[in-house]
Amino acid sequence: MIVWTVLVVALVAGSAFMLGQSRARGLRLAGGPMLHSLPSYHGLYLAAGALSAAILAAVVMAFATGPQSLAVPLSAGLAGVAAVRTLLPRISTLFRARNVFERFVTVLLVACSAVAILATVGIVFSVLFESLRFFSEVPVTSFLFGTVWAPTAEPPSFGIVPLLVGTLLITLIAILVAGPLGLLSAIYMAEYASPKLRGIAKPLLEMLAGVPTVVLGFFAALTVAPLIRSAGQSIGLPVASESALAAGLVMGMMIVPLISSLSDDIINAVPQSLRDGSYAMGATHSETIRRVVLPAALPGIVSAFMLAISRAIGETMIVVMAAGLAANLTFNPFAAVTTITVQIATLLVGDQEFDSAKTLSAFALGFVLFLFTLTLNFIALRIVQRYREQYD
Amino acid sequence: MSNMTDTFRTGDPALVAKRYRAERRFRSYGAIALGLTALFLAFLIADIVVKGWPSFFEHRAILTVPLDPARIDAASPQNGDFQAIVKDAFRDQFPGVTSRGDRKKLNALLSIGAADGLRDRVVANPSLIGSALTVPVLLSDDADLYLKGHGADRISDQEALWLEALKDRGFIEKGIAWRFFTSGDSREAELSGLQAALVGSLLTIAVTLLLSLPLGVAAAIYLEEFAAKNRFTDFIEVNINNLAAVPSIIFGLLGLAVFLNFFGLPRSAPLVGGLVLALLVLPTIIIASRAAFKAVPPSVKEAALGVGASHQQAVFHHMLPLAVPGILTSTILGVARALGETAPLLMIGMVAFIVDVPGSFTDAATALPVQIYLWSDLPEIAFQSRTAAAIIVLMTVLFALNGVAIYLRKRFERRW
Amino acid sequence: MNDMTQTIVTPARPRIMAERPVKIVAKNVTVYYGDKPAIKSLTIDIPDCAVSSFIGPSGCGKSTFLRAINRMNDTIPISRMTGQILIDGKNIHDRDLDVVQLRARVGMVFQKPNPFPKSIFENVAYGPRIHGLARNKTDLEEIVTASLKRAGLFEEVKDRLSHSGVSLSGGQQQRLCIARAIAVNPEVILMDEPCSALDPIATARIEELIDELRRNFCIVIVTHSMQQAARVSQLTAFFHLGHLVEFGDTDEVFTAPQEKRTQDYITGRFG
Repeated sequence: MIVWTVLVVALVAGSAFMLGQSRARGLRLAGGPMLHSLPSYHGLYLAAGALSAAILAAVVMAFATGPQSLAVPLSAGLAGVAAVRTLLPRISTLFRARNVFERFVTVLLVACSAVAILATVGIVFSVLFESLRFFSEVPVTSFLFGTVWAPTAEPPSFGIVPLLVGTLLITLIAILVAGPLGLLSAIYMAEYASPKLRGIAKPLLEMLAGVPTVVLGFFAALTVAPLIRSAGQSIGLPVASESALAAGLVMGMMIVPLISSLSDDIINAVPQSLRDGSYAMGATHSETIRRVVLPAALPGIVSAFMLAISRAIGETMIVVMAAGLAANLTFNPFAAVTTITVQIATLLVGDQEFDSAKTLSAFALGFVLFLFTLTLNFIALRIVQRYREQYD
Repeated sequence: MSNMTDTFRTGDPALVAKRYRAERRFRSYGAIALGLTALFLAFLIADIVVKGWPSFFEHRAILTVPLDPARIDAASPQNGDFQAIVKDAFRDQFPGVTSRGDRKKLNALLSIGAADGLRDRVVANPSLIGSALTVPVLLSDDADLYLKGHGADRISDQEALWLEALKDRGFIEKGIAWRFFTSGDSREAELSGLQAALVGSLLTIAVTLLLSLPLGVAAAIYLEEFAAKNRFTDFIEVNINNLAAVPSIIFGLLGLAVFLNFFGLPRSAPLVGGLVLALLVLPTIIIASRAAFKAVPPSVKEAALGVGASHQQAVFHHMLPLAVPGILTSTILGVARALGETAPLLMIGMVAFIVDVPGSFTDAATALPVQIYLWSDLPEIAFQSRTAAAIIVLMTVLFALNGVAIYLRKRFERRW
Repeated sequence: MNDMTQTIVTPARPRIMAERPVKIVAKNVTVYYGDKPAIKSLTIDIPDCAVSSFIGPSGCGKSTFLRAINRMNDTIPISRMTGQILIDGKNIHDRDLDVVQLRARVGMVFQKPNPFPKSIFENVAYGPRIHGLARNKTDLEEIVTASLKRAGLFEEVKDRLSHSGVSLSGGQQQRLCIARAIAVNPEVILMDEPCSALDPIATARIEELIDELRRNFCIVIVTHSMQQAARVSQLTAFFHLGHLVEFGDTDEVFTAPQEKRTQDYITGRFG
């Protein structure tokens, strides 16, 4: 039925267009005064009217009688024809068809933009709403400050401190890896590398950036984690099979391209006049970079790091596959910890009694995550804006 | 002459040498960092390829199978017990095997779907009943692993001897495992394939593209060209930038709460998956399309307006065509990103064991990255290799998409 | 175009040259950007403790030559040079001469003031720091104070040395850059249109400063303003289309130039 509806709507709109256009042409040929708008616009005007009416009718009918009923395409067709009959008489030489049509287009454009906003609204509201329902059952303080996370136990406890610590630990490892690698690569590419090398290095980094996180998770879980485990065992260190180190390492490599490309842009944006001033003083290249370029680029680099941290915190698949499920409260990188995203995933992937505290806790976690990343991104953006005029 | 100097005139060669050493060290740090990153990527790719490449091949035993009319009813050939026939033919290769336990082990070397090809042939051509066909039959995943050189610990020595015997007689063939692309998922590793996942991904991405591209471009056009520059539009811009950085799992939560719970759409359907991914990709498309419009020189718009075009005509007839390459490139990259997203799809229920190819946008489906995730969880070693092979498929598609995007970008790059 | 004109034209050396030793010598210098020569076969002697100004229309190569003297052109990949430039008789492209030290001996002030986004103190301290000129903190402070005083900026900023260098006015920023250049104790100061971004009052102050500095430094200044050249310099060189057309005592070049092209430029016929 949906296919039929689409066909009917298309047919109605198409014929409306032809009708409007030929009517306008007819007016023109009569040798009278010039038309305000091109005949095609008269056609579009009619088609737009027919289209809107048809779609509206179809949607209303679909809600009323279900999307598969015959009434849907039927009503669409009827509405379209009715619209054409009402709108057709307005076509005349003085009629500003183009303006009317353009107003229609503007409304369409606004509607599309509204959808984008709706997405944010939708996210905030859906997550907020369900979180509030959760907090009606579980007090906020025990959620935020509780140190035991055991949603499946009897009785369940929802303290997110172990999750926060786990997230922090893995993110810290990731940044310790990605920070130096990303920044130094960016410096090398921006300041030292030949164009040929740059031409190889940049696509390489883009390739790394394009690797889906599920692939990295697979690599982390099946190759990196066992490697670290056996390496640890060979020197007598007890390493869990799902160590934070493994997940953090791979996650770090995931965000290297992000830090690298952002830092690259920022370093390149430092004006050449500053570099010239330093060279003219007799500074070496590395002195210029370390003492003039990097300090000038610092706000941007800090902002890049914050964005990278935000990305690491919100990452799911790598940790789901390579990090543990047990909410361990520890800072030991060789132990298995769990993160906020892992818990969201495990709580909701399974059978759903949607209203249980267990399921709702996932939304509360999601809300915390959303707030975290939002704040980080906001601050990062602010930093860049505030210090942008520094050397203009 | 300058009179302020003393140590400086002759310079301090030790200090200068030290500075140059520091220069070289610093430079090498950068090169090393780049090198390590490249090494990681190489290691990753090598690991995946080495693990996954074998899964594109399978081992089969060539058997001569007598199609006894007593066991296959010509009227309904599909009901014939082909698996038993094949097992017997297999056992005939080893007349010395008599004990029940040994016979079971021998049978276990065959895949439970070993007779499928034979069944299809006979059903298509029932006149074959009564003759003896020489057909390849699929071996089990453990046997396959052994023949590929791994998994020597998964089968007993006795079974290994049998396989070696077959090999010596020349009855083992190794061929391309087309079923990897033509079968859906299965509990048996050797029978599992990506078809359902590929179709599911295709349908999902189709929905994503259909929704996000028009909406994104339209929103970008409005925000860039027609919206008044006031605090409200600034607010919208801030929102869209924020949306672009929201973790993907939160979009999954949105899908769960709104699309599944509130609207009651079917779980695990490409429609819902496509909706969620469309929202995920939308901000990126909007931002990139705006940038594409910004990059069009104002002189173009002014020229159009100068000859009397309306604002909309200037935008749609003149600016949009020039912005298309940029929009196209970013859309392709957005699609590539959506193709690899797993977390939101898990949230909307794509965790089930889907065997059949989804028939419509509302049937339960799976997607390629989800399939990878599900397979990676399974303990059998053979599934590890399958997972890696699926990753190779995914990465190839992504690579191709990125290549197209880069090619388009290069081709349409203009220097104003 | 008349390609005959090459090197120094005046039969007698400029008066001033007799009184002062030669600091910078250029012999047949040609600087290429890619395949195009920006300066052709330049030969000139520049004296110490005097201000020599380079004048000429845009694109005639004067800035290029300036940048060649402290090898700043090395930072531009497509630039190369033939010929020799000697400072105190030593070829600046000599293998064992370190470009980093050269640039400490030959300071540069740019057209648009470019203080580092650091504090005023740090801006001036930068050079002494990296070249290890100060043995301790007190030394460093002395150097900074002395440089700021010589640049005529100290009184205005002595209470806010920790403020950012970019927070100063345009004229102050340029004086800061001059202080920065002086702090490493150079022998030559190159100035590329140092006042073109400044207002007339700031310009006047800088010109005063140049006049004081020339007693101890060799100063080469590129300028678009002939009036400035006339005010500030003892020797003037006129460049045109990459060639040195005329080089002589400033008063003579401006009142009785030897070359017609010089005459045309000075009287405003072109440029």
